[in-house]
Amino acid sequence: MSAPRKLPRWAELGLLPLVNLTAALLLSGLVVRLLGESPWAALKLLADGAFGSQEAVGYTLYYATSYIFTGLAVAVAYHAGLFNIGAEGQAYVGGLCTGLVCLGLGTWPFWAVLPLAVAAGAAGGAAWAFIPGWLQARRGSHIVITTIMFNFLAAALMTYLLVNVLIRPGQQSPESREFGPGGVMPPLHELLAKVGLTFASTPLNLSFVLALLAAGFVAVFIWRTRWGYALRVAGENAAAAGYAGISPARVTIGAMLLSGALAGGLGLNELMGAQHRILIDFPGGAGFVGIAVALMGRNRPLGVIGAAILFGALAQGGSQLSFDMPKVNRDMVVVIQGLVILFCGALENVFRGPLARLLGQREGGA
Amino acid sequence: METYTLIVLTLAATIRVATPLLLAALAGMFSERSGVIDLGLEGKMLGAAFAAAAVSAVTGSAWLGLAAGVGTALLLGLLLGFACITHRGNQVVAAMAINIMVAGLGPTLALAWFNLGGQTPQLDGPGQRFAGLVWPWAQQAREAPVPGLLYAELLSGHNLIVYVALALVPLSAWVLYRTRFGLRLRAVGENPLAVDTAGISVNGLRYQAVLISGLLCGVAGTYLSTAASAGFVRDMTAGKGYLALAALIFGKWKPWPTLGACLLFAFTDALATRLQGVELPLVGVVPVQFILALPYALTVLLLAGFVGKAVAPKAIGVPYSKDK
Repeated sequence: MSAPRKLPRWAELGLLPLVNLTAALLLSGLVVRLLGESPWAALKLLADGAFGSQEAVGYTLYYATSYIFTGLAVAVAYHAGLFNIGAEGQAYVGGLCTGLVCLGLGTWPFWAVLPLAVAAGAAGGAAWAFIPGWLQARRGSHIVITTIMFNFLAAALMTYLLVNVLIRPGQQSPESREFGPGGVMPPLHELLAKVGLTFASTPLNLSFVLALLAAGFVAVFIWRTRWGYALRVAGENAAAAGYAGISPARVTIGAMLLSGALAGGLGLNELMGAQHRILIDFPGGAGFVGIAVALMGRNRPLGVIGAAILFGALAQGGSQLSFDMPKVNRDMVVVIQGLVILFCGALENVFRGPLARLLGQREGGA
Repeated sequence: METYTLIVLTLAATIRVATPLLLAALAGMFSERSGVIDLGLEGKMLGAAFAAAAVSAVTGSAWLGLAAGVGTALLLGLLLGFACITHRGNQVVAAMAINIMVAGLGPTLALAWFNLGGQTPQLDGPGQRFAGLVWPWAQQAREAPVPGLLYAELLSGHNLIVYVALALVPLSAWVLYRTRFGLRLRAVGENPLAVDTAGISVNGLRYQAVLISGLLCGVAGTYLSTAASAGFVRDMTAGKGYLALAALIFGKWKPWPTLGACLLFAFTDALATRLQGVELPLVGVVPVQFILALPYALTVLLLAGFVGKAVAPKAIGVPYSKDK
């Protein structure tokens, strides 16, 4: 079998993901069929649940906000040739730092807390990503394994802190007390109301705008700066980067710092935006969804935003689906996520060959 | 005497916790020694656990459950092989996809088939589970002092899979180091080009390795749902696949040291259970989370080369193609 063929840019970034996504959805439909429900009806329920009303759209974008942060985190590391499976743990620790700022400074005005909370989240996530990055760069420890281990370490640390230290006195469930008013991210419907627009009350909040800004920052950083160039070169060919005077070790550490900082944004949406306190397992798998989002979005910021909205729609539409179809539960959404990762990531070469032949023939025949 | 009983019981618990870890770690060893990263241990085990519990619940036979569990894990292994060996997809991505897909598929199918909120029915019928095998005179030996308890609790009374797992350690060592297949397997993980030049199929060897891994993961998953507990529940592997991977790395991809790592990790687990809320002299109450995190921290330290050095098979994670 020959090496994977090159596709034209539009096909690589548009057609191939679409074909892969279609395959994943077809197989998901087959599973729904197997459960004894109609795939078509399920799809309609899913779409309606995700986009059918203002409230639905709000929830979809609220989920998408978290996935944009983690998707960008995975994408940035990927450009440097690193596979960061640790976004979950980085988001967890970053969220802890954001939460501590909100607990401590809850009486301050929100606009004074916000920059500190953002900085704390980024610093916490970056710190948790720094160690695996440093170990990869200086000691050659495989970053996939170390980031997995750091997910478990983060979970152990957070369980300890929430059960023994941060728990609100006189309460059973491991949660902190509520943030003060300064630690609450304004919901988007309140912000829109200020300019005279009405929107349904949903957990969608200012973090969505921050996530879009983060995506813009990543786009500029990766493709318009020297550091971004160094990162891409080192990701393509570490040896060539070395000859060009770029230190692959420094790129590895730098890329992981940025990746972790982006993952640390999750707490802004989940804790400041929705929960208003620190609670156990608040990332809830968003770090792993980030892998699917980055793969589907071909590691481009715009692609990540699009894929995040798609996965947000799955998460939101999935709850509607489980409500209306008693035989389908929310875990079906996890199945679809897995299938998307499978087809967009692991099996991407399966359709690339035939697609290239198809396109090649047409161009050759014309 | 009290302390002695406690030690024996903790060690017996260690063996029971170590069994699925050991099976999964040996599974990973075959796969990774051939050059295929095996992050999919978690998913294959979970899939097997579901299939075994579901089939055992329906047919009433733990052995049919075992067959279903192994079959499921083999299929997942084949899927991994199709993606990573045939189509040279990213091994890490493929494994993560399988883990996530199975994590959703188990509860989804369980809800549709059994309507018990994502679980399988409780396995309490005769023959639905692998029961403990009581060795001859174990009951009488319990009456005898020191060696009696050791015999009754530590050696006797485990189920068949526990003994099989332990027997697999010398067997794996023999296969890996004393057979032609083992030699080729190790070679293909270090230098696939050399194996290819010798006229042996690289992909063929890797498929065999991935299938052996599926077989062992299938047994491990079956153990979880039909021996260690009585049925499948959501996310019942709870990271054991990743812990097994850590044990494999800690054991430097070798059978006997991997057994040692599995026992060590299982011991920390058994110890954490025993020490929950217990006041120790000098140190006070040790937080359970810290004991449970120990295996992960140790593995990171080992990977960093601070305690010994773990060197992975050279060609691991690199898809093989003849026309480089």
